[in-house]
Amino acid sequence: MVTALVSVDSRRAWRIAAQVPDPEMPMLTLADLGVLRGVEIGADGTVVASLTPTYSGCPAMAEMRAEVAARLRDAGFAKVEIRTVLDPPWSTDWITPEGRRNLSEHGIAPPGAAPSGPIKLTLSPTRRTVPCPRCGSADTEETSHFAATSCKALWRCRVCREPFEYVKEI
Amino acid sequence: MSDDHVYLSLAEGHDDSDARWAFGTGFEDPLHGVDQTVPEGTDSAQLAAFCLALGDDALVSAQRLAQWCTAAPELEEEVALANIGLDLLGQTRLLYARAGQVDGTGRGEDAYAYFRDADDFRNVRLAELPNGDFAFSITRLLVLSSWRLALFERLATTASDPVLAAIAAKGAKELAYHRQYAAEWVVRLGDGTEESQRRTRDALAAIAPYVDELFADDGELRTEVLAVLRQVTDAAGLVLPEVAPVPGHGRDGDRTEHLAPLLAELQSVARAHPEATW
Repeated sequence: MVTALVSVDSRRAWRIAAQVPDPEMPMLTLADLGVLRGVEIGADGTVVASLTPTYSGCPAMAEMRAEVAARLRDAGFAKVEIRTVLDPPWSTDWITPEGRRNLSEHGIAPPGAAPSGPIKLTLSPTRRTVPCPRCGSADTEETSHFAATSCKALWRCRVCREPFEYVKEI
Repeated sequence: MSDDHVYLSLAEGHDDSDARWAFGTGFEDPLHGVDQTVPEGTDSAQLAAFCLALGDDALVSAQRLAQWCTAAPELEEEVALANIGLDLLGQTRLLYARAGQVDGTGRGEDAYAYFRDADDFRNVRLAELPNGDFAFSITRLLVLSSWRLALFERLATTASDPVLAAIAAKGAKELAYHRQYAAEWVVRLGDGTEESQRRTRDALAAIAPYVDELFADDGELRTEVLAVLRQVTDAAGLVLPEVAPVPGHGRDGDRTEHLAPLLAELQSVARAHPEATW
């Protein structure tokens, strides 16, 4: 019986933590982004939420940590602990299908499959196709590999002429 | 809510775990909640020194990259260089935090970044050389990111400390982007105008004497990194000259005269207000 209650509680704690929006891409929740790695309730009732940073220097990490803790406390969980998980490192492959849909709907192109294995240097122009999130055209080009946040690149569509952001795969 | 006083209203109702607010929250640990145990058989002093040196490389590089802000040739390049610097600063924080856990002093990242003098830094000297022109900065970025990527890929699978291995695995993904960016620029500059080629050739000549100390006695690492650099210089129509290395070694505390002024700028605010919390 006690076990059943704990599991009901931990599901509720997960739902609360999972709904926290990403501070820089608020159309995504932390669960959509794949940053929330787990929520557990310990024997003494402490809720332990595990978060993984997207990039080493991501300045949003402190905000995410504080917001998850605050929402769990507001929901009545008295003891909350946030853990940083570094291993395995975050990958854009962890962005959920729902999250990818939300990015597209907000004009941000979602990432393709992340590279795996040893990282090779390619000097020939890479023909990556990133469809325009507004008009769907594949006739797009990169304008800058780095953009307003660590995780995005700047692209532009040659057909509808709109610039757009693209979450680069990592 | 004390709306009439902005600091009071910001500080209100936030306990120590709430690290969002800039003031009054104290030290924010980037390794918060990570298991700190040092594996048996790992030499703590050696591990701490290694983390510190890798952190010093990244901090000094990040500071040099930040100096391009408002001075880069185009807005896109400025954003790129600042982004790369931010990644390196993130790596610095993780590495300093690990060093503080392991060296037994429990020091935080600020103690390493702001309250050590140039003589205490152990970065490779290539990182501290002044920015020069865009060609020099980009060529240096190519060399440093190629080297650091090779090192981190190896550490990710072989480091005896799981925290260092995790920091390296994460950092490697970022460094791959840095190397790609720098490599594309070196090819463009080398294969560009007479002027851009001349400047990039000069950059390679100025960098060459500082390449040797990246590898110390590690022949395998040297071969791997030099092969990547050759791939880029071949495509750019350039050559990394083989020259006698400068004497001394940054890892042993040998410095150029350029580090102290860089640190003076980096550390001035923290040293003027040593009790402040950010």
